[in-house]
Amino acid sequence: MSARATDKNWPLYEVFLRGKRGLNHVHVGSLHAADAQMALRHARDLYTRRNEGVSIWVVAARDITASSPDEKDPFFAPSGDKVYRHPTFYDIPADVPHM
Amino acid sequence: MTETIDELQTHFDETLDADRRIEPRDWMPDAYRKTMIRQIAQHAHSEIIGMQPEGNWITRAPSLRRKAILLAKVQDEAGHGMYLYSAAETLGADRADLTDMLITGRQKYSSIFNYPTLTYADVGVIGWLVDGAAICNQVPLCRSSYGPYARAMIRICKEESFHQRQGYELLMTMMRGTDAQRAMVQDATNRFWWPSLMMFGPPDDQSPNTAQSMAWGIKRHTNDELRQRFVDMSVPQAEKLGVTLPDPALRWNDERGHYDFGPVDWDEFMTVVKGNGPCNTQRVAHRKRAHDDGAWVREAAMAHQAKVSAG
Repeated sequence: MSARATDKNWPLYEVFLRGKRGLNHVHVGSLHAADAQMALRHARDLYTRRNEGVSIWVVAARDITASSPDEKDPFFAPSGDKVYRHPTFYDIPADVPHM
Repeated sequence: MTETIDELQTHFDETLDADRRIEPRDWMPDAYRKTMIRQIAQHAHSEIIGMQPEGNWITRAPSLRRKAILLAKVQDEAGHGMYLYSAAETLGADRADLTDMLITGRQKYSSIFNYPTLTYADVGVIGWLVDGAAICNQVPLCRSSYGPYARAMIRICKEESFHQRQGYELLMTMMRGTDAQRAMVQDATNRFWWPSLMMFGPPDDQSPNTAQSMAWGIKRHTNDELRQRFVDMSVPQAEKLGVTLPDPALRWNDERGHYDFGPVDWDEFMTVVKGNGPCNTQRVAHRKRAHDDGAWVREAAMAHQAKVSAG
């Protein structure tokens, strides 16, 4: 048991809240906890003191894979040149109803 | 895809020029990162140390209502500290290191918390003036160029409004009480007025970092601008409350469209900043004791987690 490694910090968890029914969970911040259950309790105390949420997700920060800003141009390039994916690409006469 | 430092710097500058936010994984100049970490950490430490002056009165609150309010307020200060430490960590700071820097005196916190709270009226005046000054400082920081800090500030500002209003309401209640209670409110106002003005930091001509901080979008107004705004807000509030602000030079200046006020005692400010205020030693010692006393809890929780995950 590596006691030295553990008495530094509890692991970091990222916290996501559903503000109310019908909305997605949104990232609100992070906190430290010994395990996921404790992270949920801490998230309740820290991020929902005023009814800000009806549901909480916590995920260990080390388990998140993120795109890197270094590759932002090539990574998002595939959607950059496909204007035909947007409705405004198509010319439809103004007098066509319900379109 | 490796960009040169110049290209990265240009991209950083363009982001700032367009008033867009810098986000955690973006490239940023080392000096920006260091300054941001220091600013956020000092702010976090202030929230954490700020629990003590008012926490001092929780067990002696005059009613259950006041006790519940004060508990909620002090719990909020803890929460604000946590939001801010969390923001500092997105820049690569380590939570345990930050705590260490605080309890070994290597990082500072707002000097206002080095003044003692002598009566219950101090709880009210801290809400009214100290939290009022904090709001003046913090509202512009909701537009800080560093995204996680700006988002934490939005959350904090929403909660600070309750802090200020409960303080002012507490004082209004005391002002409707006995002569002795009114005298307590006046006394607390006398003691906290000038330290509150010091919360905005040294005058602009003695604040060498202001220009760089404004260029980086991590400071939106100068210290003197915010101090003036706070004075202008507070004077009518004091009148309505029926207390006198302890400054004979305080008067409306029609030409400037602002209140003039007397000189701040910057020697006192520097004395407190350097660690020689009334409560500096006590505040840090208390924080260190709480941290040391909690060590076994942190260890036990990890031991339990290790045992459970081992099956």
